[in-house]
Amino acid sequence: MLKYLIKRVLWMIPLLIGISLISFFIMHLAPGDITNNEASFNPKASEESRQKLRELYNLDKPVIVQYGLWLKRMATLDFGNSFAGHQKPVFWQKTDKDGNLTKGMIQEALPITLMINILGLIITLSLAIPLGIVAARKYAKWQDKSITLFNFVGFSIPGFWLSLLLMYWLGVVNNWLPISGLHSINYETLDNWGKLKDSLSHLFLPVVIPSITGLAGITMFVKSGMLDVFHQDYITTARAKGLSEHKVVYTHALRNALLPLITIVGLSIPGLIGGSVIAETIFAIPGMGKLFFDAVMMRDFPVIMGILTIGSALTLIGNLIADVAYAWADPRVRRGVMQG
Amino acid sequence: MNKTLLQKALQNPLSKAGFIIIVLVFILAMLAPIIAPYDPNDINVKAILLSPSWQHWMGTDGLGRDVLSRMLYGGRISLLVGLVAVGIATFIGIILGAIAGYYRGWVDTLIMRLVDVMLSIPSFFLILAVIAFLTPSIINVMIVIGLTSWMGVTRLVRAEFLSLSGREFVLASRTLGAKDARLIFTHLLPNSLTPIIVSSVLGVAGAVLMESGLSFLGLGVQAPQASWGNILTDGKDYIQFAWWLSLFPGIAILITVLGYNLLGEGLRDALDPRSESSK
Repeated sequence: MLKYLIKRVLWMIPLLIGISLISFFIMHLAPGDITNNEASFNPKASEESRQKLRELYNLDKPVIVQYGLWLKRMATLDFGNSFAGHQKPVFWQKTDKDGNLTKGMIQEALPITLMINILGLIITLSLAIPLGIVAARKYAKWQDKSITLFNFVGFSIPGFWLSLLLMYWLGVVNNWLPISGLHSINYETLDNWGKLKDSLSHLFLPVVIPSITGLAGITMFVKSGMLDVFHQDYITTARAKGLSEHKVVYTHALRNALLPLITIVGLSIPGLIGGSVIAETIFAIPGMGKLFFDAVMMRDFPVIMGILTIGSALTLIGNLIADVAYAWADPRVRRGVMQG
Repeated sequence: MNKTLLQKALQNPLSKAGFIIIVLVFILAMLAPIIAPYDPNDINVKAILLSPSWQHWMGTDGLGRDVLSRMLYGGRISLLVGLVAVGIATFIGIILGAIAGYYRGWVDTLIMRLVDVMLSIPSFFLILAVIAFLTPSIINVMIVIGLTSWMGVTRLVRAEFLSLSGREFVLASRTLGAKDARLIFTHLLPNSLTPIIVSSVLGVAGAVLMESGLSFLGLGVQAPQASWGNILTDGKDYIQFAWWLSLFPGIAILITVLGYNLLGEGLRDALDPRSESSK
């Protein structure tokens, strides 16, 4: 297992180098270079900040040297300071010469996005698995058909539109839920119970809406996984020896049908992280997505490059966890891993 | 397209509905200059934020423009962006997938690693980053969506080529001395075309959603040009007084994307021999 893990981690190095190449390429897409007027819509971009940008990415040096220095930045996770955000460090906290500690922008935003996505994933899975099982057991009956139709709609509905409608209906018309931010203004004055209630009501829409749109894919996946397993010999055997349908479905079939779900959840990570842009912007949640969107609007290049890189690295780590979890959960793969 | 495949897919009522939706949306968008009751960019200060009526079926927006007319013209943008973006992605995917699947070896490894790298960058971040370094415009949106969504097609074409190159008719042709180009263009590619078309139909659904999301954020199609996404942006600002601005474009996006998804899944089912045996 350890050997597999090491192999799998080493495997990430060429991918990281590839990511560094692509992000470097993007940085040079701007007409002329990124410091010229066309690229900076930001009226605050003074000659001074342009000079800083030139220094940060070593734009006056040969391309190959620029790339080498960019790779070094990535390796040391030092993405410089934000232009728009009062020179805050992009990634992690730094102490300046007077001993003042400034927190990094990604450092502050990342836990929020991770929390929302993990909560959302829990909701998605706890709804998608039962729905998928029902659709497979009642294949081609009305239950399956309505779940399929629901999935198609869930697949096709623009998440930002659903957010707008629910925000209007639940937040504006009925005033049941707050429509922006993470906390109310009076958050600090509340007791613990009040704080929890306040946080949950703020999180409700940003967590639930992406879960609804993500539900469709996972439900279809569980359904087709269950259908595949139902056709296998060992299920026929289990039924033939007189096991109850309940036992056949939940102890024999479900386990095997759910295994590939680990991989699917791993693969959905880049979509979840990227998808946070629209949801967080609409609900004014100060996570990675909103940070990225604001940086794009301000042409705050150090933040853009930092989030692009960290977001990709997170995807690689997510896939790594999914692969290792799969190897751990499936005895067939586990044995192969041990031997290989 | 393989005619029998489409016919097979249309036997399924859901796919049939999808097909009809797409045809209708296309007709409406094509006929926009004829059937639109007003100029989509005509500002009328006497008709600001009017609710739906016989004069304005879908009401008017904050500048007094007729929403129905803007919806019809916006439909052209959504369809255009969807088709061109997927066209670009499919073109790149076919070329890279064909090279990887035909020549194999180190070229294959290189292209497949590139696919892995592209898949590990969150695509919405990638698209927004590129738009930030360029400038938002309809052309850039099409190119950027195309350049960031070719990976699936590449994998598909490669897999088709790998499995087809072992088939007898290909081996026979090769033994008879057929050159690479002939093998690729007359034997391998035509036989891989059906699954490519199926994945493209589903790809259009994704591209339409992506364009509307970008335009909603203000990073896609720019005002005054209408797109369903940027009508919704206005809708967001006026949501308390003008529900029609938020409702209609959202429904249009939902129905169009649903149409492509229904047809695409129907085609995929018709293509998959397994799904028929399980019925």
